[in-house]
Amino acid sequence: MRAFRNFTGLVAPLDKNNVDTDQIIPKQFLKAVVRTGLGAGLFFSWRFGADGAEIPDFVLNQARYRGASILVAGANFGCGSSREHAVWALDDYGFRAVIAPSFADIFRNNCLKNGFLPVALEASVVRRIMDGAIEREGYRLAIDLEGQVVADEHGLRESFGIEPFYKQRLLEGLDDIGLTLAHSKEIEAYERAHPSPYPTP
Amino acid sequence: MTAKTLFEKIWDEHVVYQESGQPTLLYIDLHLIHEVTSPQAFEGLRTAGRKVRAPERTFGTLDHNVPTTDRTLPISDPESAAQVEAMQRNCPEFGIPLFALGAREQGIVHVIGPELGLTQPGMTIVCGDSHTSTHGAFGALAFGVGTSEVEHVLATQCLWQVKPKTLEIWVEGRLGPGVTAKDLILGIIGKIKTDGATGHAIEYRGPTISALSMEERMTVCNMSIEAGARAGMVSPDEKTVDYLRGRRYAPQGAAFERAAQRWLSFGTDPGARFDSSHRFQAEQFAPQVTWGTNPAMVVEVTGKVPDPKTMPDEASRAAAARALEYMGLTAGTPITEVKVDRVFIGSCTNSRLSDLKAAAAVARGRNVARGVHAMVVPGSQQVKAEAEALGLDRIFKEAGFEWRESGCSMCLGMNPDILKPQERCASTSNRNFEGRQGPGGRTHLVSPAMAAAAAVEGHFVDLRELDVKPLG
Ligand code: SF4
Repeated sequence: MRAFRNFTGLVAPLDKNNVDTDQIIPKQFLKAVVRTGLGAGLFFSWRFGADGAEIPDFVLNQARYRGASILVAGANFGCGSSREHAVWALDDYGFRAVIAPSFADIFRNNCLKNGFLPVALEASVVRRIMDGAIEREGYRLAIDLEGQVVADEHGLRESFGIEPFYKQRLLEGLDDIGLTLAHSKEIEAYERAHPSPYPTP
Repeated sequence: MTAKTLFEKIWDEHVVYQESGQPTLLYIDLHLIHEVTSPQAFEGLRTAGRKVRAPERTFGTLDHNVPTTDRTLPISDPESAAQVEAMQRNCPEFGIPLFALGAREQGIVHVIGPELGLTQPGMTIVCGDSHTSTHGAFGALAFGVGTSEVEHVLATQCLWQVKPKTLEIWVEGRLGPGVTAKDLILGIIGKIKTDGATGHAIEYRGPTISALSMEERMTVCNMSIEAGARAGMVSPDEKTVDYLRGRRYAPQGAAFERAAQRWLSFGTDPGARFDSSHRFQAEQFAPQVTWGTNPAMVVEVTGKVPDPKTMPDEASRAAAARALEYMGLTAGTPITEVKVDRVFIGSCTNSRLSDLKAAAAVARGRNVARGVHAMVVPGSQQVKAEAEALGLDRIFKEAGFEWRESGCSMCLGMNPDILKPQERCASTSNRNFEGRQGPGGRTHLVSPAMAAAAAVEGHFVDLRELDVKPLG
């Protein structure tokens, strides 16, 4: 996994609750057999009209948000399907983190497996960031995972929570499977005590 | 000994490794895979030179992408074909049984798991699919995972998990005539909302839940994810045991009786405590129809399209207004005046035999309304065969419904079964998100009988006003 580095980036506001994974990456992009290149399908039906042209109103199509690396959105972001393609698409497009009041469980898990940071903050704080991104052109945030802080140049400085286990893995970009296989002894012991209920193929 | 919930018993039994303050390493008993969320996982294994740790606990099916028309023809879409081919290469290469096209076991992953007896009480079950919660109907801890976790389970048969909280949903009383398990769960989601159970494993309990059949319990557990839950479950009872007896992958003979005793011991103990609880009275639910673009945007069939102005806060007013615009609906329109273009009876929520019987009872002796295109997609080849043995296919075809091969089909439209922009569909599936069934498509979630009723009338109708005799 890629390690998560502290960074400062442009913020794009997506002022909606319940942004679901079908919106983040529609089904026609799920036919890929690789993890790369999915940025082209990110928010596809919000970004592009039926004729394939960009919909100028949509936030990511506005010149001032080009190159954004932080997305700020409403509550329950990433609800719906388990498709990890949603994270791959956000990542491939150029985002490194999403800030929202809350995340759907599977989506959040998928972020943490891809060196991508989901930052949950109080709704009122998210609102301030959202307003900042809407009102100030070029609004940027600094994200410091080690210190667990997001900050802007206008006095906002908020700490966020993350389980120490996931924080460590993100900072070091550790390979999950490698770590688990270090527990092979325990897994074998479990398997001896609990044999498979199914016939061997 | 302290009283424990079903969830706690399963969790405790599957701990492989635990350090305080860290996620738990849990053993996974059953891993189901399908063609859409697995290719990148196999690629990861290959790159790292890893094997599948427990191929005997891993089963594959082809369901999301596959055509529901003539299976002897090649798959026309090259990308779908490539995904199916990848699965047909990966499974044998890693020693995993695959229920491929043409196999009598093929079907939607959450339909075939129970049907084949793979799903058993007390198990931990995962699949790269959010509706894995369906298997919780058997008293299993079953949840959806992403592709990285699919790869992790393939390689280690374990997962790191943070323990979810427990939520009891207690329902008592009798569901009225025409009110199904689908209406119950839609009604509940309408009340607790799409994030009402985030971070929780739900256990559905109470007399109403006990009275549900296994297939009805599957419908309820299936939609747990639509309330944000990690899992949905029901304590195993005699119905659970009866369902599994004689199934292909269930233990047989004396081993079955021993297993049954063990299964029943997983049920929640009297006095066990949940982190939180909701109580519902079954009589409060009527047949439901969604009007918006998430499953909590739902009203009774006797109701009207709501007015966004009546919503409690700015965010929900904006979301409702946007939903009405997308759905092409006007506030205040009676639901029964909303016309449909398409009807889809299928998906892992409602494509089992009892669902098809309920729909066929409505279709029998009636005709699909002019201008409506209706189709029935059985959840598996086995459901299809059983339905055909009962003559349901004839009832549907005579009424003007299409009768298809098994798969996910128009639930998510990865195959050619999709809505055209602005087409309005009465669907027995589980998600009415924008574009879910095709870009610009408008989905209304309903029960199978309500979908069949909409097909024959051309608009939503209160099923209770039709004269429907159940099939024998
Ligand atoms: S039927 Fe629909 S919800 Fe169920 S597994 Fe298939 S795509 Fe997912």
